[in-house]
Amino acid sequence: MSTSAKAAPRPAGGPTPANMHIRFASQTVAKPYFVAAIGLFVGQVIFGLIMGLQYVIGDFLFPEIPFNVARMVHTNLLIVWLLFGFMGAGYYLIPEESERELHSPLLAKITFWVFLVAGALTIVGYLAVPYATLAKITGNDLLPTMGREFLEQPTITKIGIVLVALSFLFNLSMTVLKGRKTSISLVMMLGLWGLAIFFLFSFYNPHNLVLDKYFWWWVVHLWVEGVWELIMGAMLAFVLVKVTGVDREIIEKWLYVIIAMTLITGIIGTGHHYFWIGTPGYWQVWGSVFSALEPIPFFMMTLFAFNMVNKRRREHPNKAAVLWALGTGVMAFLGAGVWGFLHTLAPVNYLTHGTQITASHGHMAFYGAYAMVVMTMISYTMPLMRGREANSNGAQVVEMWAFWLMTIAMVFITLFLTGAGILQVWMQRMGEQPLGFMATQDKIAFFYWLREAAGVVFFAGLLLYIVSFFVGKREAARG
Amino acid sequence: MSASFTKSTARNIFYGGAVFFFLLFLALTVDTVQTLPKRDNRANLTEQVARGKKLWEVNNCIGCHTLLGEGAYFAPELGNVYQRRGPEFIKAWIKAQPTGAPGRRQMPNFHLNDAELDDLVAFLKYASEIDTNKWPPNIEG
Repeated sequence: MSTSAKAAPRPAGGPTPANMHIRFASQTVAKPYFVAAIGLFVGQVIFGLIMGLQYVIGDFLFPEIPFNVARMVHTNLLIVWLLFGFMGAGYYLIPEESERELHSPLLAKITFWVFLVAGALTIVGYLAVPYATLAKITGNDLLPTMGREFLEQPTITKIGIVLVALSFLFNLSMTVLKGRKTSISLVMMLGLWGLAIFFLFSFYNPHNLVLDKYFWWWVVHLWVEGVWELIMGAMLAFVLVKVTGVDREIIEKWLYVIIAMTLITGIIGTGHHYFWIGTPGYWQVWGSVFSALEPIPFFMMTLFAFNMVNKRRREHPNKAAVLWALGTGVMAFLGAGVWGFLHTLAPVNYLTHGTQITASHGHMAFYGAYAMVVMTMISYTMPLMRGREANSNGAQVVEMWAFWLMTIAMVFITLFLTGAGILQVWMQRMGEQPLGFMATQDKIAFFYWLREAAGVVFFAGLLLYIVSFFVGKREAARG
Repeated sequence: MSASFTKSTARNIFYGGAVFFFLLFLALTVDTVQTLPKRDNRANLTEQVARGKKLWEVNNCIGCHTLLGEGAYFAPELGNVYQRRGPEFIKAWIKAQPTGAPGRRQMPNFHLNDAELDDLVAFLKYASEIDTNKWPPNIEG
């Protein structure tokens, strides 16, 4: 994947001490992280399109790329590009908040290449050899951690991820400790440390399937419905401070209330994964009640974004960044909040668990919350790192078209998968004579075709997004 | 938000709430772990089952199938496949892959020997006897 990362936008000129739009030269180490993130995002969507086609043309690219390989690449690229995005955001945001240069820009650059090469080798490994062979040659026998959803990485890659995270956290923590401590930087650091700490549960893989699944969720759920929301909140708050000029005290108060609700609802909300995996029945009560409250912090995030933009004290020339900030507020609430609530109550989940309903929720939640907040950050910071307050009007128009294409396409992907899921539940799990899994899949193929079409539109939006980085270089707005 | 509700109040709610609910989560986890021996079928968790689980993992079965509803949604639920199909059918099916039927979803051949097939089936049998609060709703998974 390093080639696609290299093919992604490369700004003219680059950062110089003369760049008056960034406060600290070391903030520009974020740029390669964002470029890599976008490159890996392209790879993720290409493999998504392959899988979408395999849903309807079952033998497409078989045996070269079996579905399980494509899915592993699709989900792992998602995780890695979001991590690149969070890291880039951290390297940009923490020096600015701390009012000092990054502790070690060199370490940040080395970490970038280590992470990119390790990630690329892992993806090549997935594609080049059978998974069992990859497990053997990477020494999975010594410490078996592979072959669990989202945690498919070879154990040595997992160790590499921990080392990269430690280097990153050391660098940022030193910066924060020596500099100004703000609520935004504190929340960002709490989220990032939490991300690293909960990842350690990926090394725990007992023979007992129930225990395995129970603590697997300590990585997956406590990431995306826990500490990642702290990172998201901090990133959104940072951009809103910049583009609205609203008093930091007000924005940070909102941030604390939102993340308080996130953890108050989301930690026990883990219980919505403990309904049917061998865990005690009381989780159906705890999980239903608390996860039904999980939309609250997401709704507050929507209110937060709109309120701050309404109360803005300045007209920031970067309209695209403001659009992404509002968009992530809305789409995170819809995808994570509404589509999560749709199937989170135990009596409903009894019927929907492990169907396309889950897939529909996963798509809009990840896009709305995490993909979009990373693009918010990229949209705000990239022009600054390229030496201007905002991109030219022409470039912003293209970027906003990309925003709408991707966002609307994702709404349709979600709706088509929801339709497929409802029919799947109806045919396979309800009624007197339930159909088998494959018979059901054949009957709902129409919806998978529609999903694939929406996926193509999404891909077009993503390509347009990349084009926007190359539009109107010469006539950049000075604001 | 009103001016009397200050940032430090909000911060205290955050720290207090996070700590309280994480401790509550730990308490529920301790209780769950203590209750599990009655539910998780550990009496039948043999060496063979452990070997089967490892085969399940290193062939990335979760990349297409679900197990107790978790995984990919491309291929059938296998938490109850032992009851749905029985051990002999499962082994014959795995050996016969891929079907090569045009346009149909294809499962790779993983070149498992007879002993490995028995290990995998033992794992699926063990998994099927976990107390899942009566999930899935019917035998089709």
